Amino acid sequence: MTSTVIHAESLGKNYRRGLQTFPGLRHALENFLRAPLQSLRRPKQETFWALKDVSLDVREGEVLGLIGRNGAGKTTLLKILSRITRPTTGFAEIRGRVGSLLEVGTGFHPELTGRENAFLSGAILGMSKCDITRKFDEIVAFAELEKFIDTPVKHYSSGMYVRLAFAVAAHLEPEILLVDEVLAVGDIRFQKKCMGKMDDVSKAGRTVILVSHNVGAIGQLCHRCLWLEKGSLVADGPVDGTINEYVKSMATPQENRTWERAGTGRVRFSAIEVCDPDGLPAAHVPMGYDFCIRAAGIAEGAATEFNVALQLVTPNGVLAMWAYDQFKTFRATPQGEFLIEIRLPQLLLMPGSYLLNLWAGRAGQEEFDYVKNATSFDVIQSDRILVTDTVTNQYGLFYGRPEGTQLK
Amino acid sequence: MASVTTRPPDEPASNTRPTETLSPRNALAAAERAFSESHVTHSPVIVRIEPPHGWFDLRLRELWAYRELLYFFIWRDVKVRYKQTVIGVAWVVLQPLLTMGVFTLFFGRLAKLPSDGLPYPVFYFSALVPWTYFATALQSCTNVVVENQRVITKVYFPRLVLPISPVLAGLVDFAIGFAVLLVVIALYHQRPTAAIVWLPAFLFLALLTALGVGLWMSALNALYRDVRYIVPFLMQFWLFASPVAYPSSLVPARYRWLYGLNPMAGVIEGFRWALTGHGQPPGPQLAASAAAVVLILLGGLLFFQRMEGAIADRV
Repeated sequence: MTSTVIHAESLGKNYRRGLQTFPGLRHALENFLRAPLQSLRRPKQETFWALKDVSLDVREGEVLGLIGRNGAGKTTLLKILSRITRPTTGFAEIRGRVGSLLEVGTGFHPELTGRENAFLSGAILGMSKCDITRKFDEIVAFAELEKFIDTPVKHYSSGMYVRLAFAVAAHLEPEILLVDEVLAVGDIRFQKKCMGKMDDVSKAGRTVILVSHNVGAIGQLCHRCLWLEKGSLVADGPVDGTINEYVKSMATPQENRTWERAGTGRVRFSAIEVCDPDGLPAAHVPMGYDFCIRAAGIAEGAATEFNVALQLVTPNGVLAMWAYDQFKTFRATPQGEFLIEIRLPQLLLMPGSYLLNLWAGRAGQEEFDYVKNATSFDVIQSDRILVTDTVTNQYGLFYGRPEGTQLK
Repeated sequence: MASVTTRPPDEPASNTRPTETLSPRNALAAAERAFSESHVTHSPVIVRIEPPHGWFDLRLRELWAYRELLYFFIWRDVKVRYKQTVIGVAWVVLQPLLTMGVFTLFFGRLAKLPSDGLPYPVFYFSALVPWTYFATALQSCTNVVVENQRVITKVYFPRLVLPISPVLAGLVDFAIGFAVLLVVIALYHQRPTAAIVWLPAFLFLALLTALGVGLWMSALNALYRDVRYIVPFLMQFWLFASPVAYPSSLVPARYRWLYGLNPMAGVIEGFRWALTGHGQPPGPQLAASAAAVVLILLGGLLFFQRMEGAIADRV
């Protein structure tokens, strides 16, 4: 008996390019004086579609995840649905009260106390005064700020600030909740608490749309997942399938796509490949065999010595493996280039997709380069480890070799 | 701009879906509610989101539904204004008092400008109180959209709440200034006349002027930050274009309606007249002022509504 609560048809949003360099009044006046008629007409400006032709239906009680790269239009879609900005094309109909959490601490004022901010932020997010009064003790308890509730929030640590902000937001009770990336805050313990709260929210039958880079969180909380790419809808389906597709595409080198990276840049990786036991580049690595990765790049002079670390991550964001040898250093040729190979004997990871993060630096001194999701590969079944073919890394990350002995 | 229509705009709270889990106690309550709901045929809130179109739709009912938020914005403005200041609220009084002193000395004693037979301090202060209210309200109104840009880009509410809040918040300062004004009047042995019943009307006119101009300025400021620098200048000119430092009797009678096109001319002169009985009683000057206010306000509302859709994208 669930009904459609959000119905959107071919939503599109067109932005002018270069919003930051919006001309000042002088410019506008000047244009007007020079060519009065022309400036009254719509100026020809380069525009781009942050969102184009997105249609969707969300049923009551659904928990919907929204994934996509930076600039894929996730936040734009959320902003349209929460009425912050208006679409250029299409329309949407929303049945029920909408609450949007697009940042932590919306409307907080540093000079006001925790108590005052709880009321202010609550009101801005759409709670009524008596709602807030009723839930106030609960909010304070959730934020664990009993002692500091009458201190101005400018004296709060960032952790306290975030806790209070999330506590207020968590007690919002709209029928439709739109959430953007707010889970990525606070310490681990508090994050868990927030995830628990989000879970409660979805179990209470409320409709939730959640945007996150953390596919793990999406996988855990959502039933259905939308994948946006360059403003268009690429996939819309059950959460596991969509996430897997998305994760694979993340690591596939594409044109116009650059690695998400950090570090000082004294070493820069430029290419990476995963190789099978025969040393040939492969997208699949069999269980129980050796495998290796090769990485090429440039370094600032041959004198720069660096360590390399590998990190394997599951699509859910679980850190699966860490490979690092602090005594093994690499250096570039006099021309400033390097090609290295790192071999990992006897892969015991369970079958499934993995993402690979690559790091170069001097332990404890400097991070030269850190590439997140440098590549991805699948671990597949092999003849060396005999497990049934339905077994994946959802059963466990590592395979253990059992040596059974009957004792009695 | 009928781009977002809410029907019905004022949703009774009784129609929200119960969200508590089903414990026996809640189940009973839920059953009761379901029963009562089945007899009340409310349609749920349906919000339609569309590209901007149309011309003029103030959605005043939606604004009314958000009155609590307006209250919280006003409350915040008042609370924050004097935090971490040493003498706090005294600033409200000190500013016009000092200006009064300067005016009395230079315009009164030295330049010997006429004062419609009032003692100079009373003459100046009775104009400075409404003027200070207007100037402060307009200036904070100008900046209100820019200052709240984080909120604007993160959550929806009728944007009209923003320019309205500083105009109303300023009334608190006005009340304090007005109390001091009454003391000043008493000190100089002036007695208010029956005309004082007109006072709220003049205050209301000042409020509408600040709001009307503020609507223009806040929307313009969101798009062109130049406005922020223009407004202080504008206020200086405006001060001398209004009968604060001189009586409007200096203006030749046949030009007074023209002079009245400055809404504050009508407000200030009227305020002084209502309080002390001196000066010009309402006439063509006030009529012109009232007409000007209506035009500015309607234009401001229209302009603000027109820009509202673009504000979140361009602020």
